[in-house]
Amino acid sequence: MAVNELLAASGAETAAMIDSGEVDAGEVLDFWLDRVAADELNGYLWKADRESARAGIRGSGGPLAGVPVAIKDIFCTEGVPTTAASRILDGYIPPYTSTSVSRLTEAGLPMLGKTNMDEFAMGSSNENSAYGPSLNPWDRGRVPGGSSGGSAAVVAGGLAPWALGTDTGGSIRQPAGFCGIVGLKPTYGAISRYGMIAFASSLDQCGPLTRDVTDSALLLATLQGRDEMDSTSVGIEGGIVSPTAERLDGLTFGVPRGLIGAGIESGVLARFEDTLIRIAELGGTIVDIELPHAGHAISAYYVLAPAEASTNLSRYDGVRYGLRSSDEDLLSMYEVTREDGFGPEVKRRIMLGTYALSSGYYDAYYGRAQRVRTRIVEDFDNAFGSVDFVVTPTSPTVAFKLGEKTKDPWTMYQSDLFTVPMSLAGIPAISIPAGLAEPDGGGPELPVGFQIAAPAFAEQKLLEAAFALEAAIEFDGSPALEGGVN
Amino acid sequence: MIEREQVLHVARLSRLRLSEDEIDILTGELASILDHVDKLAEVDIEGVEPTSHVVPLENVLRADEPRPSLDREVALSQAPDPHDGAFRVPSPQAEA
Repeated sequence: MAVNELLAASGAETAAMIDSGEVDAGEVLDFWLDRVAADELNGYLWKADRESARAGIRGSGGPLAGVPVAIKDIFCTEGVPTTAASRILDGYIPPYTSTSVSRLTEAGLPMLGKTNMDEFAMGSSNENSAYGPSLNPWDRGRVPGGSSGGSAAVVAGGLAPWALGTDTGGSIRQPAGFCGIVGLKPTYGAISRYGMIAFASSLDQCGPLTRDVTDSALLLATLQGRDEMDSTSVGIEGGIVSPTAERLDGLTFGVPRGLIGAGIESGVLARFEDTLIRIAELGGTIVDIELPHAGHAISAYYVLAPAEASTNLSRYDGVRYGLRSSDEDLLSMYEVTREDGFGPEVKRRIMLGTYALSSGYYDAYYGRAQRVRTRIVEDFDNAFGSVDFVVTPTSPTVAFKLGEKTKDPWTMYQSDLFTVPMSLAGIPAISIPAGLAEPDGGGPELPVGFQIAAPAFAEQKLLEAAFALEAAIEFDGSPALEGGVN
Repeated sequence: MIEREQVLHVARLSRLRLSEDEIDILTGELASILDHVDKLAEVDIEGVEPTSHVVPLENVLRADEPRPSLDREVALSQAPDPHDGAFRVPSPQAEA
């Protein structure tokens, strides 16, 4: 069989080729390891050696056995360096494995490597990685998005058939949108967080980045479920099956026009409107809805997520693992280790979060943000009283240039304008490619993501709708596999 | 508005020894971020309960059965300065 057939194949297609005997799992693995070895996107922070990856091919006979996977470097994996792209975990080798990686391993998916990301998943461009940014395979002068930027870049750029990421405020969906692939953030609690390095524990959720919707369903089916190691995990009742829907008859899609206003690029808006027309052609109904408090989501998020981060990251103190920079006295050791080990964005969020939780400011910031979060949850509850889905562009812009938004943190934070509300509400949302558009001010045509959100634990319904829509859009991701457009 | 003195206080709470440059930059950045965040005051939150967790769960329990945990050797394997089966740290003396 021709090698480029493997490159273009989805995870499901690769599994079918292995199953039919057209190709064997060892050949598939060799093909992908060769691709990984030639990574020019800085997508991988650690690459599996052939021998250990081969040991990951199991005769489990599972439906996905033998299809290799890339893992965001935030998932602890026994014996494999895990850094969360931070200097403070340089050289750290976890003594245990996260539940998500265990589930994929048990299903017979060999691991190709650990992917680049924003340090501790804090960022929207991958530029906060301590190991340099991963590059967008469509245009290497642009960011892949973040924080799961490495995972998105390697899937879109032909360095992995599919990948695992995490999403706290948009960290799966936004890079999937920027790289022209599918990214699913499941309902909070659908997948165990055990062994996933914590950023903001009430928001963090694991999910797949894939070439198509079917692959997202397959990985979700493998990953979801209750885990006694994470008491917040509940799983999805009834499980997940591959979607088959061809039509959207009887389904209503709500458009929060009030949210999709200022700051959105004209090309992004055009692809969004095209996609609404596709929905109508498939029998779906489009209605305008209000999410009156969603415009405050970014502000609430940048209190809540840093507050949780500031407590979660207190564990990096130079005592039990990771970097230790000084041996003067105990307090200096803590302070110098953390000063040396954390990058600027992580420090900024630790400071912001500590401030929001500090005596005298707790009610004004943290308490208020938690109440605004309740308002946003209620907004979605109200919306889902009359619609099946809420749809938005995934991001206000297409992938921006490296360095374009690093000067002002708040400008960067706006990248997650449309993804953060769903995170605060804990509901599932998927980004699928909706076509290409030029950035404002000109440049090459780049992918635009279309986001669909559903009520909590309605993943099956969400995947069915995304599957039908994906078939109608017929997005072509091959330019990124063939070296990009710029 | 956040002042330089508050930034120094928060840095100490955060156990971060910031350089002079970092303190200046962070004072400006935090002030600007808080300016945006202050818009939350526009939301009517009268009588609204705070949300700390979105999935309704209560008292998730498991059977209280003893089971092996990490071996001491494994737990210490990543420590910067393991000593005598424990994590050794510098003296806290100078902290007073």
